[in-house]
Amino acid sequence: MEALDIARWQFGITTVYHFLMVPLTIGLGLVVAILQTAWHRTGREEYLRMTKFWGKLFLINFIMGVATGIVQEFQFGMAWSEYSRFVGDVFGAPLAMEALLAFFVESTFLGLWIFGWKKLPKGIHLACLWIAVLGSVVSAYFIIVANSWMQHPVGVELVDGHPQMVDAWAVFTNNTALVAFPHTIMGALAVAGGFLLGIAWYHLWRRRRDGIDTVDAKGFVVVGESATIPGRDKNDHKVWLRSLRIGAVVAMISFAGTAITGDIQGKLMFEQQPMKMAAAEAACHDGTSFSILSWGDVGSKNCDDVVALIELPGLLSFLAHGDFTTEVKGVNTLVPEYQAHYGTNLPDDPKYGDRAGSEIQYVPVMAVTYWGFRMMIGFGGIAALAAFVAFFVVRKGTVPESKWLMRLALFGILAPFGANAAGWIFTELGRQPFVVAPNPQMTGIDQVFMFTAAAVSPGVSTGELLFSVISLTTVYAVLLVVEVALLVKYIRGGVASAMPELAHESASDGDGQNKDHGKGPGGTSDSDDVLAFAY
Amino acid sequence: MENIETLPTIWFILIAVLWTGYLFLEGFDLGVGMLMKTFARNNAEKRLLLNTVGPVWDGNEVWLLTAGGATFAAFPFWYASLFSTLYVPLVLVLLALIFRAVSFEYRGKVDSVRWRTVWDWALSLGSFVSAFGIGAMLALTTTGLPINANGDRVGGPFSWFTGYALLGGLAIVAFALVHALAFLALKTDGDVRLRARAAVRRWLPLGLAPLAAWVVIVAVQRGNPFSWVLIVVAVAGAVAAWVFNSRDREGVSFAFLGLFLLAGTASLFVSVFPTVLPSTLDPAWDLTVSNASSSPYTLGLMTVVACIGVPLVLAYQAWTYWVFRKRLSTAHLPAAHDFAPAVGKG
Ligand code: HDD
Ligand code: HEM
Ligand code: HEM
Repeated sequence: MEALDIARWQFGITTVYHFLMVPLTIGLGLVVAILQTAWHRTGREEYLRMTKFWGKLFLINFIMGVATGIVQEFQFGMAWSEYSRFVGDVFGAPLAMEALLAFFVESTFLGLWIFGWKKLPKGIHLACLWIAVLGSVVSAYFIIVANSWMQHPVGVELVDGHPQMVDAWAVFTNNTALVAFPHTIMGALAVAGGFLLGIAWYHLWRRRRDGIDTVDAKGFVVVGESATIPGRDKNDHKVWLRSLRIGAVVAMISFAGTAITGDIQGKLMFEQQPMKMAAAEAACHDGTSFSILSWGDVGSKNCDDVVALIELPGLLSFLAHGDFTTEVKGVNTLVPEYQAHYGTNLPDDPKYGDRAGSEIQYVPVMAVTYWGFRMMIGFGGIAALAAFVAFFVVRKGTVPESKWLMRLALFGILAPFGANAAGWIFTELGRQPFVVAPNPQMTGIDQVFMFTAAAVSPGVSTGELLFSVISLTTVYAVLLVVEVALLVKYIRGGVASAMPELAHESASDGDGQNKDHGKGPGGTSDSDDVLAFAY
Repeated sequence: MENIETLPTIWFILIAVLWTGYLFLEGFDLGVGMLMKTFARNNAEKRLLLNTVGPVWDGNEVWLLTAGGATFAAFPFWYASLFSTLYVPLVLVLLALIFRAVSFEYRGKVDSVRWRTVWDWALSLGSFVSAFGIGAMLALTTTGLPINANGDRVGGPFSWFTGYALLGGLAIVAFALVHALAFLALKTDGDVRLRARAAVRRWLPLGLAPLAAWVVIVAVQRGNPFSWVLIVVAVAGAVAAWVFNSRDREGVSFAFLGLFLLAGTASLFVSVFPTVLPSTLDPAWDLTVSNASSSPYTLGLMTVVACIGVPLVLAYQAWTYWVFRKRLSTAHLPAAHDFAPAVGKG
């Protein structure tokens, strides 16, 4: 493998990995902030418990997002130095702003939240969480602005062959970013919804299996209490039932949100990156119908190799243009257009290495783009459908005894993660062979583009890249096992795992004004405890 | 030094401020990480150490990210050349930072000696490697790298290696250790406080020596009178830190240690200005504030953002330190808990 391929694999692996943590951080963070607000407003015990439990899982995940994010920040300079030199003038700005205006806020206020139980007045403690969570949302905005500029470079002029920023407003209100941002946030909420739903289902199921909850003749729940299992009281039932319902609602709303914003993205993509649109459809010829399922080699250049099994006439046009008749250009039409504008061969420039002068492959890997696009929508849709069913199933207050349904609910947690990864892989790979995609309109700034092949660091050797990709992947794999094991441990522990006081005494009702040294939930701010929480 | 534009100079100063802020803040939490294996005597003390930096270490680390991000935005050529040339050491730093971050959060999550031992090692080695690597990187930034006209490394993966890399690595590791001891003397109570204070007294001169040597070498090579003034200030700071420590004035001692660092790094940056990254192959290939920087438009935009952002960050980070200002002792730590799971096997 060449340096370029390894660098691409490394970027892909590390970013997709980072994006396993990111949507859970964003989505769950918002949910926990809302739960704590509900506790603040109502003083109801179950909201406090929900805040503590989901907050614990949030933190276990958050730290992995931080750890893997640092790699992302440095990787541009390390492995993609030519890219960094080329785009630095415009691309560095959102990255620096992300650190200065978002990461500082996120990390500082989260530290205050974690250690500030009982130290800070309740309202301020809550505000700290909100500020931290909004910090993650702001960070998402900045990084998407950066990424969107690569998809649709705006607000720049070419000076000495380099894009220079001339209009920051255009960069920060890039229409690509303005729809990709809500789409990504909605995708993150979908992850949180599935997470709440699956885990809450499991605990409700467990309560039934352990004989704590039973159902009456009409199927309505009869909530019970366990004397032996810590935390398994009546409030515990409320915690899980409410979590499940919130999760289901969040999952449904967020899917609708991704569909609406995704539809707008499709229309932009049709204008801005027609080849990506064709690749999403694996379309050889121009056409109007959207294939839901195809058979054969979708990556083939020979159109007879692909047979669309199920097609929806007009849908492709609708996705791209909002009507049912606009022809969406297929690959066979687009390749000559691209060749006319951007050349048939890479320039004979040493920065292209072995690839200098070789023919440019304008068609992305269609098998990935075609299936990636369908996986994104499919996994998201399945999760939303499952949420709908779950919402209906629990209307009488608990879940069925079926072990298989419980397993399915747990397994369903993975679907939105899959949809997110698929969405990014599609977006990033569909942009190839460009790392900065050109704007098709033949005016002004459209010569602002960069081939991925020109972006890697010329001075870095294949061996170094191999070393880094192998070590990072190994460490990431190990840490994934550790993270999942910890999550499982705390999930199985139930609420008591995040509120040890539940295990030490019978549960207190009310808002839990517990004066026990260093352990009371919430409580007053003038406490002389130095540490209400400690690692 | 003809015609040095104002904006790139402002950004050079800002990046110097970010690096200094990073070394000052993360200096002590990197040091605390290393002390987990060398200073803390038992689990209670280890937990005490962890909790002195628990609420703030992540915020401190963001100074590093911001220094990196700001370099990217303001001097893309500096960022690209520095980071790609030092590829292998930076991979090690990244791995070290990953382990370090994770150990803070995960160490207390399973109640077993083996588990804690693993994370103690991860934290102390992670802190050591990141401190060493970042020190080496900064030292090479001031003494030069083998880069060609395009800013790319000439030679193999280790062609950048010189004694300066070792000196810089050692300088930051040793400084971080002393800084962390002074921090512990200030932040804790009881036995740990006394031991930390005694250790500062014993180790301060030795611990600050490598950093001082690096600063002096750079001043000799490229310095100007102002670099020497700052060196005098730094040495005075170090002496004062030692004296006040001996008089049991931990707060003042810690502040003077900060002055030492501030004046020392300022001297480094003053010496190298206007070069941001010298080429050891040909001075004509040096990266400078003028040929490595972004356009005035971008720098102007970033200046506005920094003028709003940096004071805000300083304000709320200062507030955090104020909220968690009380001294900690092992007696304050809530019992480490393990819980009976709500769910049995099967
Ligand atoms: C849509 C959102 C999103 C996307 C596309 C990315 N990230 Fe990220 N990142 C976050 C959303 C996020 C976050 C939610 O803000 C995180 C996750 C956990 C956390 O601490 O913050 C984060 C953490 C995080 C950190 C650690 C911050 C800290 O120490 O607190 C860094 C340095 C980066 N990211 C950098 C990047 C880079 C360079 C990316 C591009 C390749 C990237 N992230 C993609
Ligand atoms: C600001 C945000 C991002 C930037 C600047 C960025 C930039 C890049 C760059 C430079 C590459 C390497 C060149 C290439 O092979 O295309 C790349 C590839 C890739 N990125 Fe992104 N990316 C960003 C966000 C993401 C995110 C969040 C993900 C998903 C989790 C992602 C997924 C990928 C994948 C899967 C590849 C590999 C594609 C391939 O092998 O061709 N990217 N991206
Ligand atoms: C009907 C549903 C959906 C449609 C029509 C849709 C459409 C799209 C389109 C067109 C893009 C590519 C944008 C571009 O490259 O220019 C995209 C990207 C993406 N999608 Fe979806 N999507 C849908 C559902 C989902 C769901 C359910 C998720 C996650 C749970 C998701 C997550 C993502 C992500 C993470 C990206 C990459 C980031 C971005 O460009 O915003 N999408 N989507």
